[in-house]
Formats: sequence, structure tokens, C-alpha cells
Amino acid sequence: MSIFVDENTKVVYQGLTGSQGSYYGRLNRDYGTQVVAGTHPTKAGTDVDGVPIFANVADAVQETGATASCIFIPAPGVRGAVLEAAQGGVEFIVAITEGVPAHDEIYFYNALKRDYPDVLLLGPNCPGIISPGKCNIGITAGHIAKPGGPVGIVSRSGTLTYQALYELKQKDVGVTTCVGIGGDPVPGTSFIDCLRAFQDDPETLAVMMIGEIGGSAEEEAAEFIKNHMTKPVAGYIAGVTAPPGKKMGHAGAIVSGGRGTAAAKIEALTDAGVRVGQNPTEAGELMADIVAGL
Amino acid sequence: MDLFEYQGKEFFASYGMPVSAGEVAFTVPEAVAAAERLGAPVMVKAQVHTGGRGKAGGVKFAADIDAVREHAGNILGLDIKGHTVRRVWIEKASDIAEEYYASFTLDRSAKKHLGMLSVEGGVEIETVAETNPDAIAKIWIDPIDGLSEATCRDWVAAANLPDAAVEGAVDVLLKLYRAYSEGDADLVEINPLILTPEGSVHVLDAKVTLDGNSEFRHPGYSQYDSTQSRDEREEAAHAKGLQYVGLEGTVGVIANGAGLAMSTVDVVNQVGGSPANFLDIGGGANADVMAGALEVINNDPAVKAIFINIFGGITRGEEIAGGILEAMERVEIDSPIVIRLDGTNADEGRAILEPHLTDELMMQPTMLDAARRVVELAG
Repeated sequence: MSIFVDENTKVVYQGLTGSQGSYYGRLNRDYGTQVVAGTHPTKAGTDVDGVPIFANVADAVQETGATASCIFIPAPGVRGAVLEAAQGGVEFIVAITEGVPAHDEIYFYNALKRDYPDVLLLGPNCPGIISPGKCNIGITAGHIAKPGGPVGIVSRSGTLTYQALYELKQKDVGVTTCVGIGGDPVPGTSFIDCLRAFQDDPETLAVMMIGEIGGSAEEEAAEFIKNHMTKPVAGYIAGVTAPPGKKMGHAGAIVSGGRGTAAAKIEALTDAGVRVGQNPTEAGELMADIVAGL
Repeated sequence: MDLFEYQGKEFFASYGMPVSAGEVAFTVPEAVAAAERLGAPVMVKAQVHTGGRGKAGGVKFAADIDAVREHAGNILGLDIKGHTVRRVWIEKASDIAEEYYASFTLDRSAKKHLGMLSVEGGVEIETVAETNPDAIAKIWIDPIDGLSEATCRDWVAAANLPDAAVEGAVDVLLKLYRAYSEGDADLVEINPLILTPEGSVHVLDAKVTLDGNSEFRHPGYSQYDSTQSRDEREEAAHAKGLQYVGLEGTVGVIANGAGLAMSTVDVVNQVGGSPANFLDIGGGANADVMAGALEVINNDPAVKAIFINIFGGITRGEEIAGGILEAMERVEIDSPIVIRLDGTNADEGRAILEPHLTDELMMQPTMLDAARRVVELAG
């Protein structure tokens, strides 16, 4: 099994007619993802490479039975796009776009929790999600992931996620699902949401978690691992030597007022029984080691 | 983007908040002229993007024009925690009966807006949080509901502000929340918010951080771009649209993706080196971006060796290798380069680089190997 998405997931792409949307939408379809629709307010009735375009998500859901949406809309339109997707009836929303204002993110996060509590939002500013061999939504290169499990991956960083997938593939370790939750301050899906789903997924037997400086999401995840997880976890935290007060590429990756340091996160995770690597390669080795002992 | 105090006060004033009259000055004569227009006594305040100005001697009371001349002379050019003072804010001095603290920021953990209000103003809030946490009244605000006047009154009551300050504080706090939410701020902080002997509540300092991602709906925010604190290298990288943070070391770092770039900086440190920078060139890693990145790194005189760490995802190894070679043709590089190329079609990419390898352009199979080699070269 996998978490959140699988071979039955039908995806509507908001922004499929744009350059990013059509590029990755095609790649996702070539991978095997059911790309059933795209949306554009004035291009309903047209198609992109055979994929029908609808005026909005609600129409796409009604006509194609789409269950998930993937957002490639430029940042100013993301708030509207997320709310449109939830209202349109999909159960899972993946927002790839980076540069969304934090006040928009915190607004639609709370709007979803209040009005659409069953809808799960991934992102924004994330690489997406891949259940290898079944479904790939977003910008991950599908072929760097080995299907089949037993490892689940959750990560705040895009390239480090790819690195993790690749390291595991080199070691012949498969992945059930790899979730990139994104590097923004208010991610729709948290580490804990993913850890809980991996804990409940019978085919995921171990989890790899990749965090970075800023905020306290890793510390909260450590608390969850300590109290609720029986499956082994290996981890890595980027930004050990990041200077305070500087945003390291991601809007959320900043050590401010002495909080959000890598040291504190590594300590919390280690204390929760997570085996933390000093670099991505070492974390991959620790994961392979755990898998070998399962 | 961080605002100077005077920019923060202009920002607050645009939402109707009570701030003192003042003028910004870049030279002593300008400071004197400003003080003459405003009328002594005035405050002379260093404008820097860091706290602890008072302790560093960057905030002075000037009873007369001679004092303005003296203080402005001392403060302009002063170094405060690595920030050189280039401008001072000359402001009408205020009589202070009491000092409070007020702020709004985003609570990433609660995923709500967090308001903090305290009767212990004028000191750093982190200190109050440690010594007397009960003196801080906190409220969490759902962004959909916003802050109502009734909630605001309850909050002011919970903070134990004296009766004389209640009406003024409620008014300022409601406006401060508007400035925070409508203005797309990451942080708005007033410390101190004062009560004057005459009983009015007044904004005496302003710390504002605006969300650069919101510029599309606040075109005026581009004015703050030129007053961000960046060193020369950061300025050059910013002009090229690169995600760059200047560090103190000798190893220039170029990587694709924020996480990998952070990780690269870490690994260079782990093997005993010191990175000169953090630089994320994004996913594509094409020749244009790579050339821009190499230029910025090459112009940093501290750099003794360069580490290019690329993981190919959608972008294939051969495209990346081609991009690196093309970029190197365009930019004359003074330092040796060590490349680590992995991921999609890494073998094909490495094969393209192979014939070009020299003592000045090397390749290593893993991130750790490459880090060791580059640190060795940097001495």
C-alpha cells in the first residue's frame, strides 16, 4: 500500500495550460499517473495533449471523477485555487507553487480545517508526492524511486528528497510513498500527518524523515514518534551550520531568536529513538541498515 | 524584508497609528537641520536592522542642537553588531510615564496569528519571557475571524494595563493588527508602546518585517528592497535573482535546491572547512544560472576553491554538465572547482565532463569526497 495517493488517484491540474503545468502534467502522465483533467477559467472545452480542460475544479470533478488536484498556478492565484479545489470536491490538493504569501497560507490552512476538514492540502512550495510505480503528482523525477516499499519518506526539502529516493534505490531499497511537505512556514500537511499515515500503512515498515532549520515541526514530530510510533525512523536535518537570522533559500528555513536550530531538532529526534545521520548519505545508510534488520 | 524604525513608523502612520514627528538624516548637518525644524529636545536614533541599539550607544537624548550635533557625529558610522550606522532618525522627544510591549507575528506551531502584550516594555521580550512569563498576555487569532474589538478589550484587560491606557491601547492594537494582516507583515512589534503623563498611548519604536512574497499586491514595498542589509556579495547575487547568503569562509558553494545547498554548507564544515556562502541555483541548473552563480562566487576575494554540488532530478546529468562547461567558458574562474554530479543520468553527465578535467576542474563521486577535496584545495 501507499499513503494519500495510489493507482486509483485521478488528478486534475489547475494550471495545466501553463508552461510548468503542461510540462510536469505530461511527465506525471507518462509516469502512469491518471491525469484526467485541467482547468482554466476561459479555456473550457479545449485540451492539452488530449487532457480535457474545464472551467473550474467542480466541473472537472463532476465530469471525470477527479479525486485530487495539483496546483501549478502562479503565487497570486494560489489562495483562490486551493479554496476552489476544496469547494470543487477533491479530497487531496497538492500545491507546488512557491512564493505564496504567508498570510494567504495561514488563511487557507484555517479555512480548510474549518470548512473542509476531510480535505488534505500538501504544500505550497513543495515537490509533490510519489507512490512509486503507482502515482506521481508534482515535480519529482519518477525513475529515481524504486517501487514497493518498505520505506516511507517525508521531507521538507525537494532536492534532499530526491537524494534520499536515489540513495535508497542505489541500495535496492523500495519506497511506499515519498511526501515532500515543502519549505514554507505553514505547510498544509505536517510531518506528523505523514508519520501517522505511515504508522497506519501496513506496507510501510520504516520511515525516513528529512527536516531542516526553522520552526518547531521536527521537535513536534519527535514527540509524536516517541509516543505513537512503533516503526523505526531514520532522519537527517539540514542547516547545522546556518547562521541565525538568515533565510536559507526556503521561507521557513530560518533560525530566529535562538529557536529552530538544527542542534535542538537533532537532539529531540535522537531522544525519540530516531537514528539521525550527519549528512544525507549517512542517513541513507542508516535507513538501509534498518531495512536490512527488519 | 526588514524595515528600519523610521520606515516602520511611516508604515504604522499609514494605518492611523500615533507616532512622533521625525526626519531621517544621513549626515550631521542633515541631522542638525532636522532637529532645528522639529525643535529640541529630540532623540537621535541609529537606524540599523538589529536590536540592542540603546546598549551600543545608538540611541541618545539631545536637549539642544549642540547635543544633536555631538550625538549624530558619534552614532553615524558606529558599528552595532556588525551593522554600520548609515542613517539616523531624529524624532521629537516624548515624556514617558509607562512603557509597554505589543506585537503580532505568525505562530508556525499553532498555525494562528499570535499577539503578545505586556506591561513590561522597553526591555527585550525574550528577557521578559524568561524572567516573568506571566507578564506577557498572549492571544491566538484565527486569520478568518481576525481581531474583534471585544477580544482586543479582553486581551488588554488580561495584560493588566492601567485604566488610563486602555482606550488608547485598544485603538493602537486594532490598528496594529490591521497593519499586520492587510500589510502582509511577518512581524510587527512596538517596544516600547508608551503612556505619556498626559494619558495618551503612543508608538515609540517600530520593528516591522514584511513578507517579500506579498509584493504583487503591495507594489510600494519595492522601495524597501534597496534598504535591506546585504553585503556586496549578497547585493550582486540578489541582482541576479540568486538565493545567496554570505558566510565567512573560503569554500564557495553552489548547489541546486535549498535543502541540498544547506546540506553542502554543513558537509564542508563537517570535514573541517569553512564555506564562503550558501547559494541555491534552483532545480534547473542551466548555463545562464550557473554562469551567474560562478561570477558571484568568483568575485568574492575570500574564495580559494569552489564546490559545485548538483543532484539531477528532472534535469538530466548531461544537460547539467553542458551547462557547467558553457558557464565556465563565459566566466574566467580564479579558483579550482570540484564538481559532484549525481542523480538522473549522472554517468552520462560525468562522461561529458571527463575530457575537460584538469588541476583546476575536478570531479568526485560523492558529496563527502568532493567536500574533502575542495577543503584540501582551499587550504
